[in-house]
Amino acid sequence: MAAPQVTLQSITGVDVELRIAGVGSRSFAFVIDWHIRAILAFAWWAVGTLMKFGLLLPLIGGMRDSGYFLWVLLPASGIYFLYHPVLEILMRGSTPGKRMAGVRIVTRTGDIPGIGALLIRNVFRLIDSLPLAYLIGLATAMFTAQHVRIGDIAAGTLLILDSKEHDTSFARLTPANRSLDPRAADLIHEVLERWTELDEKTRGELARSLLTRVDKSLPPEQLAQLDTVELRTRLQTLLNPTP
Amino acid sequence: MSAEAGMQAWLASRVETWRQLAPQLEALEKSRNHTAAEALQAIELYRSLGRDLSIARRLLPGSRVTKALEHSYAKLHSIIYRKPHDWRARLLTLFRDEIPEVVRELRPAIVWVTLLFALSAGAGWWLIARYPELISLLASEEMINGVERGRLWTEGLFNVVPSSMLSIGILSNNIAVSLMAFCVGVFFGLGTFYLIATNGLMLGAMFAFTHQHGLGGELLKFVTAHGVVELSVICLAGAAGTMLGEALIRPTHATRRESFQHAATKASRLLVLLALLLVGCGFIEGYLSPDPDFPMISRVVVGFGYGIVMVAALTGHLFGRKRVKPAAGS
Repeated sequence: MAAPQVTLQSITGVDVELRIAGVGSRSFAFVIDWHIRAILAFAWWAVGTLMKFGLLLPLIGGMRDSGYFLWVLLPASGIYFLYHPVLEILMRGSTPGKRMAGVRIVTRTGDIPGIGALLIRNVFRLIDSLPLAYLIGLATAMFTAQHVRIGDIAAGTLLILDSKEHDTSFARLTPANRSLDPRAADLIHEVLERWTELDEKTRGELARSLLTRVDKSLPPEQLAQLDTVELRTRLQTLLNPTP
Repeated sequence: MSAEAGMQAWLASRVETWRQLAPQLEALEKSRNHTAAEALQAIELYRSLGRDLSIARRLLPGSRVTKALEHSYAKLHSIIYRKPHDWRARLLTLFRDEIPEVVRELRPAIVWVTLLFALSAGAGWWLIARYPELISLLASEEMINGVERGRLWTEGLFNVVPSSMLSIGILSNNIAVSLMAFCVGVFFGLGTFYLIATNGLMLGAMFAFTHQHGLGGELLKFVTAHGVVELSVICLAGAAGTMLGEALIRPTHATRRESFQHAATKASRLLVLLALLLVGCGFIEGYLSPDPDFPMISRVVVGFGYGIVMVAALTGHLFGRKRVKPAAGS
């Protein structure tokens, strides 16, 4: 199913289309971020505790030591609880988890959200995380048309798909093979990307079908004799012919 | 030239330009201090990318090239429409103009929430005065035992926990309570009413209970220095929370979503000031309030002095807001 879109009008007259991230991408980004902040906070606590006491005490062990509290417990809590607001502000609506999941935050007008909006979005985590495991946030994201949680509604933000693969696809449109139809190039890219997932027979059929269509220099009898390794090389050569 | 050949020629002529897009967009996104020439260049890029996207959507709908152009165009759109930033001017406007306006708008809500808090405190007092055994529902066993032995739970706090830790612990708890009082307003304001009422009830109940054991004066002494501002901040956060509920019950915009977003953006400005005030409260509660040698008169001066600072901040006078005189004859 295609991701829902938001269409924004722009001064050029060409609409901007933003693809909304679904609950899956949202949850995936959160899980990655949660692991990062949990590991960082734990690492800070563990290293600090080891340096202070020489062994890992239970959390309550050093509570009465103000140095330990200020230099170990407080920063560890800070890392855990302030990870999202701080990184979203510094990374202009993104976090390491969101980057990995290929999503980012934008305003409803498609621009980079300001500090105010990002802080409001994070304050409402108090509600979205209720009663446990972000149940309210998940339910809201599931049942709203634009898959937003309460924090997004309050801040006027959206989570959109922002895959990095687009940046590199320009680089793969090599001008060296200008005779290649871009639609055929798209198909070749698709087949090569899924090459390892396909079984031997399907790989061969797809590759031969594509080569018949785009490489007229190859006689059918010679094409039929090529094994999958050679077929793959041929397809790669079509995309990136050596000078 | 056939349509196919025309498309190939167009792609060939544009692809080198597109390959430069990623680093260009990266540079534009990272920098916030562009020269006029750079800004004009970005707008020109936006126009040319718009043209390219329009053609690509027609010639190659759904292709990778079109998707990549969509992505770059959306990214450049977000960069071009990014709001300008001037930290100092923004903060000054926030504290001097915007927050006082929110406070003015919230005046009736502040009065009602404060009244609810006071009534709940009265109810808490009455409840415990009438049914003392109910205190076990509101306070921990340790606290109850301590008070029954004639010892307030705040006694000795100064010696047990370092003031810095106490301050940070208290201020984070207070900020969390205030944020919660605001956020639960999303439940049509009912969450805020519940939170304010329970806080008032507990305060009244604790005063009644300590009064029964001759420790009411001690508790008042402990609360005086920080309580004026701390309790006011909780009521103010509650009033901001009711704004959210109000926006959902009686939307001021075309949809409830828009109305809620507008109210949340407006009310949350007040929370910035409230959080700062709570930092001061945390400091007082950690360093001054538990100190048995700090005299009552000084506590009153600190409490009400800080209260005056809070009012000055809420009205914007602390940040240079001028009193606006009504126009003559109006």
